[in-house]
Amino acid sequence: MRIGVDVGGTNTDAVLMDGNRVVGWHKTPTTPDVTSGITSAMKTVLQETKVPATQIKAVMIGTTHFTNAVVERKRLMQTAAVRLGLPATESLPPMVDWPPDLRDTIGNHKYLVHGGHEFDGREISPLDESELRDVAKDIKSKGIRAVAISAVFSPVNSSFEERAAEIIQNEIPDASLSLSHEIGRMGLLERENAAILNACLGDLAKTIVESFRKALKDMKIDAPFYLSQNDGTLMGADFAEKYPVLTFASGPTNSMRGAAFLSGAKDAMVVDLGGTTSDVGMLLRGFPREASVAVEISGVRTNFRMPDVYSFGLGGGSIVSQEPVKIGPQSVGYELTTRGLVFGGSVLTATDLAVAGGLADIGDSAAVKHLDPAFVRAALDEIQTMVETAVDRMKTSAEPVPLILVGGGTILVSRQIKGASEMVRPEHFPVANAIGAAIAQVGGETDRVFALAELGREEALRQARQEATDKAVAAGAKEETITIVDVEEVPLAYLPSNAVRIRVKAVGDLAL
Amino acid sequence: MRLLHPENVEDIALGAAVLGTGGGGDPYIGKLMGISAISEFGPVTLLSLDEMDDDALIVPTAMMGAPTVMLEKLPKGDEIIKAFHALESYLGKKITATMSAEAGGLNSVTPLTVAARLRIPMVDCDGMGRAFPELQMVTATLYGVSSTPFAIGDEKGNSAILNTINNRWTETFSRSITVDMGCAAMIACYATTGKDLKQWAVPGTISIVENIGRTIREARRAKANVVEAVKGAVGGFEIFQGKIVDVRRRTEKGFARGEAVIEGVDEYGSQKLELHFQNENLVAKVDGEIMVSVPDLITVLDTETGEPITTESLRYGFRVTVLGIPCNEKWRTPEGLELVGPRYFGYDIDWVPVEETYG
Repeated sequence: MRIGVDVGGTNTDAVLMDGNRVVGWHKTPTTPDVTSGITSAMKTVLQETKVPATQIKAVMIGTTHFTNAVVERKRLMQTAAVRLGLPATESLPPMVDWPPDLRDTIGNHKYLVHGGHEFDGREISPLDESELRDVAKDIKSKGIRAVAISAVFSPVNSSFEERAAEIIQNEIPDASLSLSHEIGRMGLLERENAAILNACLGDLAKTIVESFRKALKDMKIDAPFYLSQNDGTLMGADFAEKYPVLTFASGPTNSMRGAAFLSGAKDAMVVDLGGTTSDVGMLLRGFPREASVAVEISGVRTNFRMPDVYSFGLGGGSIVSQEPVKIGPQSVGYELTTRGLVFGGSVLTATDLAVAGGLADIGDSAAVKHLDPAFVRAALDEIQTMVETAVDRMKTSAEPVPLILVGGGTILVSRQIKGASEMVRPEHFPVANAIGAAIAQVGGETDRVFALAELGREEALRQARQEATDKAVAAGAKEETITIVDVEEVPLAYLPSNAVRIRVKAVGDLAL
Repeated sequence: MRLLHPENVEDIALGAAVLGTGGGGDPYIGKLMGISAISEFGPVTLLSLDEMDDDALIVPTAMMGAPTVMLEKLPKGDEIIKAFHALESYLGKKITATMSAEAGGLNSVTPLTVAARLRIPMVDCDGMGRAFPELQMVTATLYGVSSTPFAIGDEKGNSAILNTINNRWTETFSRSITVDMGCAAMIACYATTGKDLKQWAVPGTISIVENIGRTIREARRAKANVVEAVKGAVGGFEIFQGKIVDVRRRTEKGFARGEAVIEGVDEYGSQKLELHFQNENLVAKVDGEIMVSVPDLITVLDTETGEPITTESLRYGFRVTVLGIPCNEKWRTPEGLELVGPRYFGYDIDWVPVEETYG
């Protein structure tokens, strides 16, 4: 059996699964330290289901520890950013576009050295080993142990980043290194930013992994644990220590993956209705479609594989105003159960509308008897329109698609949504996120530029598929279960040599 | 005369995306470079066209190549200075000012680095009043101004000077050199006197894009309707409002071509707009009838946020407002239309002024 846990802004959810069957689940408020909420949810679900801890074969955790650390500027390491690109890139050094307070928190240590490649794989300048050794010595003398390494066009050729890592590791054996090509995509600043964020979370990652290890031991669970990544796959504890940044935005991804699992749909729209906001995302072959533009994390532009999610201000706690009819974006959030009308409070919320309209039977329905039925209808129509607009915005074609509703706020939607071929409210919908964590697979991805003039399209695609598969195996997937779930080809504009950026993603079952 | 500070650069970059008509490259890198140059060397002096002496020597500076490559191989910073100096020494004359070759997209802000570092003024004008994909597509060509001597430089310190028989040849040669330089190079060309510049330049365009950017920023802050504000600031016409229902793309001769179909909402309820693009938006047809075509500007804005949408990011489901903006009168001559009209881009149609359809 497996336990999946997902930490949300309001609640931490745990689910116990036996194969594909949900054995039990529990929701508990998210705690400021995060970890105690996780352990409390896990303990409760084990107690309630009376399943002995020895039955647990794996634990999957989707956590917000790392996002929170960046947002709060706490527990971040002093980090050196080493970029190989000279003579190019000098005008815009590492962290140039960061919020100054975050840059100062991690020390603003930056080094520009020679190296890097052109778009077609030629060297910009040769790697200078003695220059790198000098940089490593300087980093060491400052007592810095976290180093992010980036090189121009490293998604095309990663050899300079790898060689630089060897040289620096040799000088500073206890340094933890983050290589940009392993984390981000094309776009130097954004990829480098992701690598620097990853590097500065190094110590915290070790602490968190250790605390999970200890928590499981305390619960007498003798099983490996994994962290959820933002692409819907898992990473083992060792990997998590190295790549904490890949946990960012794993929450919406887990919800969507859970929705796919619960409904059996592979290509569908998912609406996760929460307490304050709702997320809409598109499932393609069972995985969230990924954002193609830069995503800001606490003021830092990054470009790694974040889910393409549209959030809008509608949730169970959304505050409703009457003249004119308006829902949200203000919300009573986690105070819904004390401030909403049906819970004896004085604020008219979206949940009260659902009760007044007969869509849900929650709390004291007498408290909403006084509402004018015409107004209730109009307001519920408005909610319907908000969801329909958001769904339509995320669709990729006019074809109707199946729509899966998950999250606590699903009671707000009663009628068929326009553009949906069917509407599914799967069983266990309130904990789809934790289920998404529990059922996750492992994956590998490649994303780089291929010159089609030399390789030809077929060969380029074959190479890309092979690279992704190899990475999935390296991450712990059973080779025979691996499938290619995403292939994307983007021709580069204003580039005459027929260069195409190809992104391939492979996933497979966890080899347990 | 006025000074450009970092906050002006933010607005210029934001507004330049509107005149980029879906292309022209992301001004993000150029903006960061402009801001860092101004922070280090002080504000840039912006002179209006009529403040220029007739015997002044002005050289536009620009980035050439693939904007996607520049997002990866960031500039060293002085390649544009090298190109500029290479041209200056070839001409044997002191260059007094620089300017933007195209006000739409990333080249709106490219000359700021030159102006700040060399402490020379930038002229408030450009050679397009929008964005175009090829080097000869500037109003200078219409006035017989040669793009050569043409200087091109890279981050390694290489530079080259071209002399050609016409501006189309400069485009051909410089495109090849740009590929060898790694698909991102800096250029200085179309050296011109103040007297001639007053003839051929599209005046006031830096102030225009800055004003568009400021309008967007202020409308956002006031939570006002950004699309309405942009419409007012660009002096354009709303030609459509609707939802993208289909996008088709293909690559032809190194250009990302395609069409997007937009289904009308509200007053456009029963209509469909077909948008043809080739890096930039070129032709807009409503129910099969051509309503706007290049060289008039077609800009697609996110109806909700007012954010200009590039041709690369057009996608099903976007709620968009399409604006048609009259191009500069210099493009509206037979010579102008031959250089950048619909037929040059492969559309066998006659150009009709946008204001005749909507005015």
